[in-house]
Amino acid sequence: MTSVSSVDTRPERAAAAAPAAPGFDWLMAVAIGACAFAVVRTLYFTPADAMLGAVQKIFYVHVPAAIMGLYVGCPLLAVCSLMYLWVKDERLDRLAESSAEVALVFMSVVLTTGPIWARSSWGAWWVWEPRLTSTLFLWFMVLSYLVLRGAVEQQEARARLSAVMGSLAAALVPFIHLTVYIFRSQHPSPIVIKPSAPSMPSDMLSTFALSSMAFGLLFLAILRLRYRYATARDARAALEHG
Amino acid sequence: MIADRSSGDPLTGEREPAAAILVYESPGFLADAWRVARKDLLIEFRTRSAFLAACVFALLSVAIFRFTWDGTAIPAMDLAPPVLWVIFTFSGLLGLNRSFQIEQADRALDALLASPMSRESVFAGKVIANFVFVLSVQALALPAIALFFNLPSGGGWFGVLLIVVLAAIGLSAVGTLFAAVASNTRLAEMLLPMLALPFFVPLVIPAAQASVVLLEGRPMADAANWLKILLAFDIVFTAACTVAFPYTLEE
Repeated sequence: MTSVSSVDTRPERAAAAAPAAPGFDWLMAVAIGACAFAVVRTLYFTPADAMLGAVQKIFYVHVPAAIMGLYVGCPLLAVCSLMYLWVKDERLDRLAESSAEVALVFMSVVLTTGPIWARSSWGAWWVWEPRLTSTLFLWFMVLSYLVLRGAVEQQEARARLSAVMGSLAAALVPFIHLTVYIFRSQHPSPIVIKPSAPSMPSDMLSTFALSSMAFGLLFLAILRLRYRYATARDARAALEHG
Repeated sequence: MIADRSSGDPLTGEREPAAAILVYESPGFLADAWRVARKDLLIEFRTRSAFLAACVFALLSVAIFRFTWDGTAIPAMDLAPPVLWVIFTFSGLLGLNRSFQIEQADRALDALLASPMSRESVFAGKVIANFVFVLSVQALALPAIALFFNLPSGGGWFGVLLIVVLAAIGLSAVGTLFAAVASNTRLAEMLLPMLALPFFVPLVIPAAQASVVLLEGRPMADAANWLKILLAFDIVFTAACTVAFPYTLEE
């Protein structure tokens, strides 16, 4: 983006983007309500797993968080980064920034709940299992992406450099997964029980669907809030410096 | 630096008179890349600052690792390959940091970009220079590891050399790109390990695993999967980084 066009457009966009007063965030309210409902249903109205016991209920937090963080947040970051290099739209950069931060939070939930579950079902807090290892490296990458963003002052350079990293990370993820997968398959893993639950009883499945939906809403609500913050921050910076 | 004046001198950033620019014919992608690489290597050869630092680092690390190692508990063969690849990665980072630092002084990078060379060939040149740097450090580190860990000398070392070359290509390509990214940030060289290390995971794990296979005297076929990953990484990331590099520069 040339400096001329950004000077021209920023005040207009700033005026349009900066709301007078933030209204009631209905999406966030619905998301929090859905999460509360899902928690109550998980704790009181879903049977405990016959083998794993009550700890299996982490499943209803762990897996939805993984779906949103790993399969929605990270691809969104990669797509926005690639698109930014192509069309150079500031909004894509803000969306990439927001999705990186929210994905990091969701992945942190995955990496926190995972060991708790693993301790009781596998007998160890941490196992160098392919999926776990890939998630950990992805978490590190998103973290360093955010550190990179923090280390560049100028907005255009920050967007450009972080988009380069976001795009390359998209190419890296398959390699990391392949590497750690072959690594494990060559070293027989001590895991006997795997946390796969393909055939669940219907009430477990419905609770899972409910909590997935709740986490999806929560993800979108936080993402929207974070995106609005980025827009307001950039608008303010444009008013102060532009 | 003496270059062929008749075709313009992109190295020193001196502009030829207008008439000379008109007759300028690009000597081609690889020739341009070689000019940049030669410039970097010549600077390194004359100052020897990063090379000495990386070599001393590599040798010191081998010695220090030797003292953390209980030879009765862990066989040398189990420890030597990890040590080799840890040293490979971190001594590589030492050289990579310098790759764009030398361009920051007096805004030398501006002169490089103002020359008629394509940005891709500037990148290729930097990668070649870093590749030579990494291999030179390894030329010292590999014998040191073999000596200090009493590794058997045998045919397996040829395979290890192949792995080192493959890993050095990927490390130089990805590392050069992130050195360019990091040089534009406030944290500069502190940021490079954080950015680059996750990208070295699919290099270091296969390289370490494959070198274990080869040093144990098993056939190359046992390491085929790892070598394929290394090769695929080199192809994909050399291409991707070459495409991405122009975006790391100010327009």
